[in-house]
Amino acid sequence: MKRHLISAADLSREEAVLVLDTAAELAGVSARPIRKLPTLRGRTVVNLFYEDSTRTRTSFEAAAKRLSADVINFSARGSSVAKGESLKDTALTLEAMGADAIVVRHGASGAPHRLAGWVTGSVINAGDGTHEHPTQALLDAFTIRQRLGSPDHGASGRRGAGLDGVRATIVGDVLHSRVARSGVLLLSTLGADVTLVAPPTLIPFGVGGWPCKISYDLDAELPKSDVVMMLRVQQERMTAAYFPTVREYRRRYGLDAGRMSLLPDHAIVMHPGPMNRGVEIAAEVADSPRSTIVEQVSNGVIVRMAVLYLMLGGVEGNS
Amino acid sequence: MCATKPEPRHEQRGDQEVPGPGWKAVLAPEEIRRALSRIAHEILERTHGGEGTVLLGIPTRGVPLAQRLAARIGEFEGTPAPHGSLDVTMHRDDLRLRPARALQRTEIPPDGIDGKTVVLVDDVLYSGRTIRAALEALGDLGRPRGVQLAVLVDRGHRELPIRADYVGKNLPTAQREVVRVLLEETDGTDRVLLGERVRPGPDSPGSPGSRLGDGARPDGGDR
Repeated sequence: MKRHLISAADLSREEAVLVLDTAAELAGVSARPIRKLPTLRGRTVVNLFYEDSTRTRTSFEAAAKRLSADVINFSARGSSVAKGESLKDTALTLEAMGADAIVVRHGASGAPHRLAGWVTGSVINAGDGTHEHPTQALLDAFTIRQRLGSPDHGASGRRGAGLDGVRATIVGDVLHSRVARSGVLLLSTLGADVTLVAPPTLIPFGVGGWPCKISYDLDAELPKSDVVMMLRVQQERMTAAYFPTVREYRRRYGLDAGRMSLLPDHAIVMHPGPMNRGVEIAAEVADSPRSTIVEQVSNGVIVRMAVLYLMLGGVEGNS
Repeated sequence: MCATKPEPRHEQRGDQEVPGPGWKAVLAPEEIRRALSRIAHEILERTHGGEGTVLLGIPTRGVPLAQRLAARIGEFEGTPAPHGSLDVTMHRDDLRLRPARALQRTEIPPDGIDGKTVVLVDDVLYSGRTIRAALEALGDLGRPRGVQLAVLVDRGHRELPIRADYVGKNLPTAQREVVRVLLEETDGTDRVLLGERVRPGPDSPGSPGSRLGDGARPDGGDR
């Protein structure tokens, strides 16, 4: 495993499959009477969060604790950041406290990349601006492999398998979505065919270079999808009028029960959370048996355990 | 006995090499078969018919050995013993000496291990560190009534106060020598070989520096 995990593109297919296989073995730990392993005893993981987060931060925290690492949680609010301390100074302070890994979420795209140049420990990107969120992509890939793993479908849930032939459709606010960018990169690395569906205003510039297809018509793509990944409409990042009204967005790109019936029988519906129920996804879809939203959260812990183990469990500074 | 046996793709072990002329066969297929039959009988004797016994193999080669012992016990007593596998990677004491390793399967029989007599099964007993890790891993899974150890080869050079209850063959070795167990299930043939490390290997299993980057490990697949 590499020293840092900044982008889903950092992972080769072999490394990504190793993370999924490791996670598959770690899944058994959650079912045991003692849900803890001694592997990272004496290591310190810092959660450095400049943006609000529920599931990612708690999931990294739970993952590190299950591996017996010490966890320091740092959120920008109520810290010296409020007094104007820079990212670099904050990072150097945390490193002086002995952080072996820094899990960072930051509103600015590229912040984890800068951070990796300043510290000697590992840096794990937990979401930077509209850039990337690689562990979310890994847990999505893990969930897909688990759910579509039966022999009837293209992907095999067995060890060593990728996602070859899986047709994944990512729908919604691609422009602001770090989940979409990491998802496209990782799923295509693993062999899936990825299609992005969004209003033209929410497709980022330069998307032609991404390893995926683009469509503007959700109804045409649904019958050809094994996986539909709905993205949150990120109103907090929207500085312009990207679509006329929420109602119009919902009518054209929202997933309701009627649209869900267009999917093949085995297809699954994913959402990285937090959901805007009634906007990009209807409540009855989110709560249906096809939805993997709750599984994605529990898989998040074991996939992050796998990432922490592979990055910190071996020789210090291995490549 | 003190390192995991990583997956074949790690290519650290050199299992795939055809054993050259420098290797001496110490156990032939029929000797391995007889040794396992004897161990199966001993297990039945010591556990009074195998009631409440669970065989757990330590990956990689302990797993097929546990399967074979369970099948033998089934032939002798009519009811096969429950068997599974126990990966000890996360409990090793030498994790930080090498790059992180892929995890292997842990499969515990559905009845669990609480109150059972667990027989750990491995191919070679060397430093004893793998068994220490296995004992810790077991502690996280439940509370067995007792734990015993069965190995195909005991090559000596223990670094911890651990001994085997059932031994296929006691094989006096020098530390520079390498014991290699080949099994039908993993290597296509049953054989135990003894050879010498080709490169100047680590002087002792306890010297971490010399382990790194040296494909031939004192305690891994080549032991």
